[in-house]
Amino acid sequence: MENGFILSWIDYLIMIIYFVFVLGIGWALKRYMKDANAFLEAGRSMPAWVAGLAFISTNLGALEVMGMTGSGAKYGMLTTHFYWIGAIPAMVFLALFMMPFYYGSKARSVPEYLKLRFDEKTRGLNAILFAVMTILASGISMYALAILMEKVLGWNFHLSLVLSAAIVLGYTYLGGLSSAIYNEVLQFFIIVIGLLPIVLLSLQDLGGWAGMKEQLAPIVTAKGFAADTWTTTWKYTGSAAANPMGVEWYGIFAGLGFVLSFGYWCTNFLIVQRAMSAESPTAARNTPLIGAIPKMFIPFLIIVPGIAALVLLNKQGSGFTLPEISPGHYNYDYTIIALLKQYLPAGVLGLGITALLASFMSGMAGNVSAFNTVWTYDIYQSYIRPLTGNKEADDKHYLFVGRMATIFGVIVSIAAAYLASLFGNIMDFLQTIFSMINAPLFAVIFLGMFWKRTTGHGAFTGLLAGFFIALLHHGLTVPAGAATLVKGGWICNLHTYPVEMAQNFWTAIFAWCTATLVTVLISLATKQQKTDDDMKGLVYSLTPKFKEEHVAWYYRSSTLATVVLAIAAILSILFW
Amino acid sequence: MGIDIKFPIGLMFTIIGLLLTCYGFLTNANVAMYTKSLGTNVNLWSGIGMLVFGLIMLLFSLLGKKSKTT
Repeated sequence: MENGFILSWIDYLIMIIYFVFVLGIGWALKRYMKDANAFLEAGRSMPAWVAGLAFISTNLGALEVMGMTGSGAKYGMLTTHFYWIGAIPAMVFLALFMMPFYYGSKARSVPEYLKLRFDEKTRGLNAILFAVMTILASGISMYALAILMEKVLGWNFHLSLVLSAAIVLGYTYLGGLSSAIYNEVLQFFIIVIGLLPIVLLSLQDLGGWAGMKEQLAPIVTAKGFAADTWTTTWKYTGSAAANPMGVEWYGIFAGLGFVLSFGYWCTNFLIVQRAMSAESPTAARNTPLIGAIPKMFIPFLIIVPGIAALVLLNKQGSGFTLPEISPGHYNYDYTIIALLKQYLPAGVLGLGITALLASFMSGMAGNVSAFNTVWTYDIYQSYIRPLTGNKEADDKHYLFVGRMATIFGVIVSIAAAYLASLFGNIMDFLQTIFSMINAPLFAVIFLGMFWKRTTGHGAFTGLLAGFFIALLHHGLTVPAGAATLVKGGWICNLHTYPVEMAQNFWTAIFAWCTATLVTVLISLATKQQKTDDDMKGLVYSLTPKFKEEHVAWYYRSSTLATVVLAIAAILSILFW
Repeated sequence: MGIDIKFPIGLMFTIIGLLLTCYGFLTNANVAMYTKSLGTNVNLWSGIGMLVFGLIMLLFSLLGKKSKTT
């Protein structure tokens, strides 16, 4: 791995063709970018299938692909909990119960929904935290990609960082959200086709699923787990000690299945923005459901090769290695690229690298396009513009601001990437901290949508309290074997979790419970500032029920949701 | 918003598909090159797959255009 491997002309040619198309799509959209609405909201014109694929593609960023393949090696099929019990129910819930309010309220962003439903301070808090979190995430994934390209391909770190950022800037600056979304669809297909060969080849190499299972047994038993732990999902979740994630079934259910996933999929504007760009209320509702169908099969694309990698690592003569962090501890982030190197000759190798680049770009463009919207509408228009004394400004002005925010976002992301390369631990820490806002945010939005008594003061204090408890929990607990305070326990160590993931789950659970409790109590104690009329379209009980009788039966969200849940259930049972 | 994304996707997959198919065809005799991929000519197969997908996308894009104008 250290000496890198050389790409041939055809690999570069494929990459170049991809770059040309990505920028070309931005270029083709340039002439439609006449106002801020077109640039920042895609003019609410996306067909459901386009928005749906963009919806999952933006989540399929470089960190997700690298991380999930690594988790495949570390935890096996248990990683699919992030999909079948995690993402899927949350996406269905978002579609059926939350999209009608996000879309119907005419809010242009999640923070703006908070402003309409609650008050200015709740919006401000969320907008600022979200903006910082998005840029951090974008910088960290940029750093991860550049370091991978440097270590494996021998590319210059600075050059690949700046070049990849420049391409993302190029197409998001030209075509705004539409460009990001259309490219995410293209990137989705490239990611699938580029990674598919390693799935098939690694399985073929190990003698199929059955062969892989057989060769896993001695490796897994040596780690102290039952022989089929890596190829099952629920079987060993009866006790935390019996599975590598270190969580019991109820921890998975509540932490991952409920709090973390609902927090991420239902409140993260980066994701919700894709559905808000849909062309009609029906399309907006169907966006997450259409996205859920391919989403369920992504584990086979990125988790299964990770499991195969674990076998290859332990197989004599396979020639497969991963860089070691310390003796015996592999750096699993390199799993995906090591597999590409293992199996792919020139040609498809270029396609595989392009797939990684595409996943990076879809993630980063998502961050940038969500950032510029929140910046323009929720920070600039609400707080900065009024300071100039001239509150009114035309749409052209906001288009300009949106464009500038795009450039600004990319530059700060690059800065964040360099910070990550210098102070990796601190950046990890910051990202952990900022990800703690999701669970309380879900609690607050959920109460706001379904309980009309929820007040602005309640929501604001609930958010703060949930965030505070999450911090406190992180400061008081430690994952086993953590070498630095960044992983937790920076106050003192009251409890040790077997693995970091268990700690994350419980942090989220505590944060959500606290946020819910505090929001309810403060809401009951404070006066509702909004009238029923204000909250029409924002709260379940005050909004006319969503009608879909005019839609063909097979395209109704109720039908799609049933199909999605049924497939997820079947998959879970097949790999029980 | 303006463009039909099926068209650029179809075009790109067709171009890369053709490229890989040709490359796979030309390197078919190179046994050493494909020992990595367990003896399968992955370039040829991926190329054909991409080509078929690309052409289907292009077809849908053209059909969509037709139905809009009539």
